[in-house]
Amino acid sequence: MIQFNNVSFGYSKQKLLYANINLELRAGSVYGLLGKNGAGKSTLLKLMAGLVYPQQGKLSVFDADPTKRDPSFMHEVFFIPEEIDTPSIHVLDFGAEHMPFYPKFNNDQFLHYLKEFDIPMTNLNTMSFGQKKKVWIAMGMASNASLIILDEPTNGLDIPSKRMLRKLIATVLNEDTCIIISTHQVKDLDSLIDKIILVDEGEIIVNTDTESITEKLVFKLSPNISTTDQYLYYETSLAGHLIVKERSLEDEATKLDLELFFNAGINNKNGIKQLFN
Amino acid sequence: MNFHSNKAIYIQIADLICEKILSKTFKEEERIPSVRELAIDLEVNPNTVMRTYEYLQDLHIITNKRGVGFFVNTYSIEKVTAYLRKEFMEQELPTLFKNMKILAVNINELEKLYHQYLQNNIKNSNEKK
Repeated sequence: MIQFNNVSFGYSKQKLLYANINLELRAGSVYGLLGKNGAGKSTLLKLMAGLVYPQQGKLSVFDADPTKRDPSFMHEVFFIPEEIDTPSIHVLDFGAEHMPFYPKFNNDQFLHYLKEFDIPMTNLNTMSFGQKKKVWIAMGMASNASLIILDEPTNGLDIPSKRMLRKLIATVLNEDTCIIISTHQVKDLDSLIDKIILVDEGEIIVNTDTESITEKLVFKLSPNISTTDQYLYYETSLAGHLIVKERSLEDEATKLDLELFFNAGINNKNGIKQLFN
Repeated sequence: MNFHSNKAIYIQIADLICEKILSKTFKEEERIPSVRELAIDLEVNPNTVMRTYEYLQDLHIITNKRGVGFFVNTYSIEKVTAYLRKEFMEQELPTLFKNMKILAVNINELEKLYHQYLQNNIKNSNEKK
């Protein structure tokens, strides 16, 4: 669905953020885009949505060039930025304003999602940040666009709304859609993400599915560190050592610990890259 | 659902369904929730539930009737018991043994406690009757 071929990008010509990256994203999955602050997660999302343009290389999104910003491409992309901008109008007028841009927009779904999110039927200027964010999410999910991009969607959401967001994602995902979520709050969404893209210092460290991660790695709490075992990464506390190691035949599959995987990827880039690329 | 255990999520969902079959919440030859229904209910990716259902099909616990949905097999209770028994023997028992060794718990001690437990159980169920 999305293909980056040797794409380079930087906000200034002298300093590239991404140099010659290659990346492929497929429909039918929820991608989790992970990276430290300033790693370039939002930039990667903006590239896909045609909001910034590559300096070099070829980027195609459903066989279209996002920089052309062709209506047939824009119809299928819904981008929910981290910092949202909402005009001072009624929530229903806001929906009505966006609807014409998305041919598959379903107003009944929109109203239903607003209700599920407990959104008052008022002017947006009387709403809190979290409520406005939920209006955007409801609109994005009701757009039925093929590519839905959510930049830090759980920021500002209360506890019931996070749960609702998880249910919404499980509702709208189908084999023709691709949902991309950048997040630091991995625990909010880790049961939904089935593909992981980890970026650091302008590099794609991994792009893989969670199934392959648990096939190749084990995550566990171990009381001691063995001198014979090779660990890819470990963290030590009074509770013991949280370890990430290559899974051997006798190891049972463990649950993916996304935070631990993230730290392993950042601290042992080469070890992780070798296993997954 | 909170996925606290260190098992893969799809296995935890499989365990949950097995539990529901044993408790007869999901009865033999009856339809169970669709992949999407269960994904929404448990707030997980539908692909994960699909993997659970494939896993349970391989264990002959459920069957996919095309276009209709997933159904609990006849004699699934036996299969579920065998599956959970295997899980217990291979995973829970080693942990128990490990703790017994660390805490120097004697097997005879354990046997006594187990018989006590069984007796209490019988007493309790008789009282209920």
